[in-house]
Amino acid sequence: METASTEWEEGRRPASRFSEALRRNLPGYLFLSPWLIGFFCLTIGPALGSLYLSFTDYDLLSSPRFVGVANYVRMATADPNFGAAMKVTFLYVALSVPLKLAFALGVAMMLNRGLRGLPIYRAIFYLPSLLGASVAIAVLWRQLFAADGLVNDLLWTFGIEGPSWISNPNYSLYTLVILSVWQFGSPMIIFLAGLRQIPHDMYEAASMDGASKRRQFFRITLPLLTPVIFFNLVIQTIDAFKAFTPAFIVSGGTGGPVNSTLFYTLYLYQEAFGYFRMGYASALAWVLVAIIAAFTALSFLSTKYWVHYDD
Amino acid sequence: MTDATAHTMPGEAPAYPMLRSGISHAVLMAVSFVMLYPILWMLAGSLRPADDLFGGNTSLIPSQVTVEAYKDGWFGLQISFGKFFLNSLIIATLATIGNVLAASLAAFAFTRLQFRGKAVWFALMLGTLMLPYHVTLIPQYILFLELGWVNTWLPLILPKYFAVDAFFIFLMVQFFRGIPKELDEAAMMDGCSPWRIYTRIMLPLSLPVLATAAIFSFIWTWEDFFGPLIYISDTGLYTVQLALRSFIDSSGSTNWNALFAMSVLSLIPIFLIFLFFQRLLIEGIATTGMKR
Repeated sequence: METASTEWEEGRRPASRFSEALRRNLPGYLFLSPWLIGFFCLTIGPALGSLYLSFTDYDLLSSPRFVGVANYVRMATADPNFGAAMKVTFLYVALSVPLKLAFALGVAMMLNRGLRGLPIYRAIFYLPSLLGASVAIAVLWRQLFAADGLVNDLLWTFGIEGPSWISNPNYSLYTLVILSVWQFGSPMIIFLAGLRQIPHDMYEAASMDGASKRRQFFRITLPLLTPVIFFNLVIQTIDAFKAFTPAFIVSGGTGGPVNSTLFYTLYLYQEAFGYFRMGYASALAWVLVAIIAAFTALSFLSTKYWVHYDD
Repeated sequence: MTDATAHTMPGEAPAYPMLRSGISHAVLMAVSFVMLYPILWMLAGSLRPADDLFGGNTSLIPSQVTVEAYKDGWFGLQISFGKFFLNSLIIATLATIGNVLAASLAAFAFTRLQFRGKAVWFALMLGTLMLPYHVTLIPQYILFLELGWVNTWLPLILPKYFAVDAFFIFLMVQFFRGIPKELDEAAMMDGCSPWRIYTRIMLPLSLPVLATAAIFSFIWTWEDFFGPLIYISDTGLYTVQLALRSFIDSSGSTNWNALFAMSVLSLIPIFLIFLFFQRLLIEGIATTGMKR
């Protein structure tokens, strides 16, 4: 009787284990299934697909032709537009991100003094961040900096005759930098949240010890804010590398004049959907990933030299 | 909050709290004015008569108010802008529903259910946060081309129902973790199914984060230019952003105030959301560090 029962139980165990495992895991996988499908079919599958395509020549009409690293070699050696796009994009990132963050921090510190009307100011400064990505604002920018635009009209009242900012390759990129700085509101909100975390008695103790405001800023505010600065820096830089709409609208899709607003993503768009060089555009996409990954990794490695963590 | 200037030490310049806050207000008001000036100028421009827009017109008050530009703009392309607004509204609404639904399902699985491989999936999900969409762009386009979905709205809507924007999952995971587990553990004891716990406990308790996700999702879809630019070529299917772009090309530099009028209209939905949900937007950014 006893042996029979154990035999029977042993015979049943694999099946019961299976149904037990199913019972435990099924709900989780059911809830996760939309994301899983998206992950495989729309994210990781396509990402691997574009990695493969980056080693091919593909125009959508004939099937992809394997060309090895030719696309990457062409980028590095034989494509002046790639060089132009890199230069424009790095200049844009290097100018717009620090300026935007400096502005955001300066205004956040002013707002953090306990002024009346904080919610109103915060709302006003945040509004451009929310609207800034739309075509309407790019249209507006195009007209602000046109030959007969608002900026030149204002300059004219001071007797200065301004150039046509957007159609002059020496200035066009800077109009886009200004557009980016104009949207300082969202990093400002993050800075404000960070400033609120700094205990007020630190400043009281410091001023008891006779530390000047300047010293307090460099010895208390700035070090304690470094994690927030780091966060904003990474997010804003990645975002700046991916900027597209303003350059597209302001330049009418060309990246001109003379490639002066040829943002990397705009160049990628032209190669992919203007010339249907899908292989080359895929290689461009993977170089962008490499740039962003390298930047992020370097940022994280650099944190031990300048980012101050409490613990 | 006490003003730090109240505690100045001897030797420093005497503090004038009133003066200092006065200066701060003056600076902040000046910055506010400069920030808002372009938007107000666009609004003023859209209300001016066509021959009054440029040539020294820097003021924010039109000499004469007319809605002529709005009429011109509304019928400026072969199809009226009403159609483009409707298109954008449909796409943004459907995309928003998809994002909220799919992201909340995944976030519920990640925070409340036990299953094998959860940690790995979670790490992969976080990994996709950093992945620029450019690497998936071309194969996705080829996929949708093969499916015959190019020049339809499906590529703009359907991916959201598969939670491709991991950001919203991350946002909801952060919120769900703050909801006490005792609630659903008790419900589980009473024999509630995960589905019932999700619909009856988690969703009702997560309205703030669902609203935040919905608002951002709506705004981002409304403002999206790249997606429609790639996938939509029929004018009848255009979104507002695409219509604005083709309006620039068709009107050139001749009809700027009609273009301004349509630009102003395209910003109104975002502006209204901003007016009514400002607190949710700002809290959303402050707690998660959203990019916009």
